[in-house]
Amino acid sequence: MDFNKYIIIGLTVLALVSSEIKAADECFEKTSRAIFKFNMAFDGAILEPIAKGYNKLPQTIKNGTSNFTSNIATLLSIPNHIVQGNLKGAGDATASFLINTTIGIIGLANPAEKLGFKAQQEDVGQTLGAYGFGPGCYLVLPILGPSTARDTIGIVADSFVDPFAHITWREKEMLGISGSQLDYLTVKGTTAVDFRADNALNLDSLEKNSVDLYASFKSLYLQNRENKINNSSENEDDWGSLDK
Amino acid sequence: MKKLSYILISFFLVINFALASDYSSNPRLFVSELVNDAISKLSDKDLTKDEKSNYIAAIALKNVDIYALSLYTLGELRKSTDQKDLDRYQQVFEKYFLKSLTSRLNDYSNNKFEIVDAEKKNSNYTIVKSKIVANDKNPEIKIDWRIYTKNPEKPLIRDLIVEGLSLARTQKEEFASILSSNNNDINLLITKLEEFLKSK
Repeated sequence: MDFNKYIIIGLTVLALVSSEIKAADECFEKTSRAIFKFNMAFDGAILEPIAKGYNKLPQTIKNGTSNFTSNIATLLSIPNHIVQGNLKGAGDATASFLINTTIGIIGLANPAEKLGFKAQQEDVGQTLGAYGFGPGCYLVLPILGPSTARDTIGIVADSFVDPFAHITWREKEMLGISGSQLDYLTVKGTTAVDFRADNALNLDSLEKNSVDLYASFKSLYLQNRENKINNSSENEDDWGSLDK
Repeated sequence: MKKLSYILISFFLVINFALASDYSSNPRLFVSELVNDAISKLSDKDLTKDEKSNYIAAIALKNVDIYALSLYTLGELRKSTDQKDLDRYQQVFEKYFLKSLTSRLNDYSNNKFEIVDAEKKNSNYTIVKSKIVANDKNPEIKIDWRIYTKNPEKPLIRDLIVEGLSLARTQKEEFASILSSNNNDINLLITKLEEFLKSK
C-alpha cells in the first residue's frame, strides 16, 4: 500500500518535471510563499536558536559532528555515483566511508580527505539531473525548504536508495546492523543544525539585504543544485554588452 | 576656527576618496589591495559609521561596474524600458547597491581574507579566487571575483561568486520575481528599492 502511494505521488510529480517547464516557473507560488513564511518562523523559533547554541561549542566538537553526518551521507552518494557511471567517484566515496568509519572513529574524524579520498555528495535528484531530467516546478516544502519537482521525487527515492535510511527509517536489518526512526531523525536534525550554524553569517547577511527574500532563496537553491549536477561552479551567465 | 577644521577634515576625506581608486591594474593585486583597504577601514575604530560608509561608497563607485550591474540585474526589461525610467532605476539601484555592499562588507570585516588564485577567462574577464579564512565562528568561505578587464588599465568588479553562487545572478532573479509579480512594472521595483533604502 505504502509503495503504491509513493508510485502515485512519484508519477504525479514526474508529470510536473516537464522539459517545457523552466525551473524559474512556479506552479504553486502562493502556497510556496506561505510555506516559506512558515519555514522562516520555524527557523527563527527553533533552528536558529539551536544553531546559535551549537556555534558556541568548541570547534573540535563541531568538526566531529560535521564529519559524522557527512560520513553517513556518503552512503547515499555511493549508489548514486554508480548509477551516474562515475566509478572513480563511487570508489573514492567508498574508500572515504570505510577509512573514516574505522580509522576516523565512526566518522568523527576525516582522515580519508588527507589521504586524497574526497567523497563528493550525490543524491537521486542530482542523478536524475545528470540524466537530463529538468528541475520542473519550483516549490517549497514544509521544514525541508526549497525544492523542485525533480528534487522532491529525489528526496522520496533517496529513502529507498540510502542504506542508512533503509536501516533506520525503514527499520530493516542490514549486515547485522539495525536502527530506529529516531536515529534517522536525530542524524537529519543534526545535519540541519550543523548546516544552519555554518551558514549563520551568510543567512543573516542575506536576510538584511534582500528586497524579496523568497526569491533570493529560490535563486540560491537553483544555482546550488545546478552546480552540484554539473559538478562545477563555473558561472557563464551571459552579460552581453553593458558598457556605457 | 571650527569652520577651518571642517574644511580641513573635508579636504582630508576628499583626498582619501581620490586615493581610493589607486589600485593595481593586475586583477589579482587589484582585488587584494581593494579588499584589504576596505577591511582595514571598516575595522578602524577611529572612524564613525558614516565615514566608513562614505569610504566604501567611494571605493565601490570607482571600482565596481555598478552601471553594468544595474542593467544586468534588470534582465530583458532593460531593452524595453524607456530612458527616463531607466535613469531613475539606475539612480536608485546605485544607492541600494552601496547600502547593501556596505552592510555585507561590515558583516564579513572581522574575518581574514586571502587571495588563492587568478584565472584569465578571456580578454574581458578574469576570475580572482579568494577565501575568507575559517575562524571559531565561521567556516571557510570561498569567494570568486568576476573582474571585467576590457580596459586592462582599469579593472572593474562585476560579480562576487560566494561558494559557487553568483550574487549578481541572485540579485537579477530577485528583481525578476518582483517584476513578474507586478506586470513587469519597473516603477514597483523602484518603489521596493526606495523602501529598502528607507528601512533599517
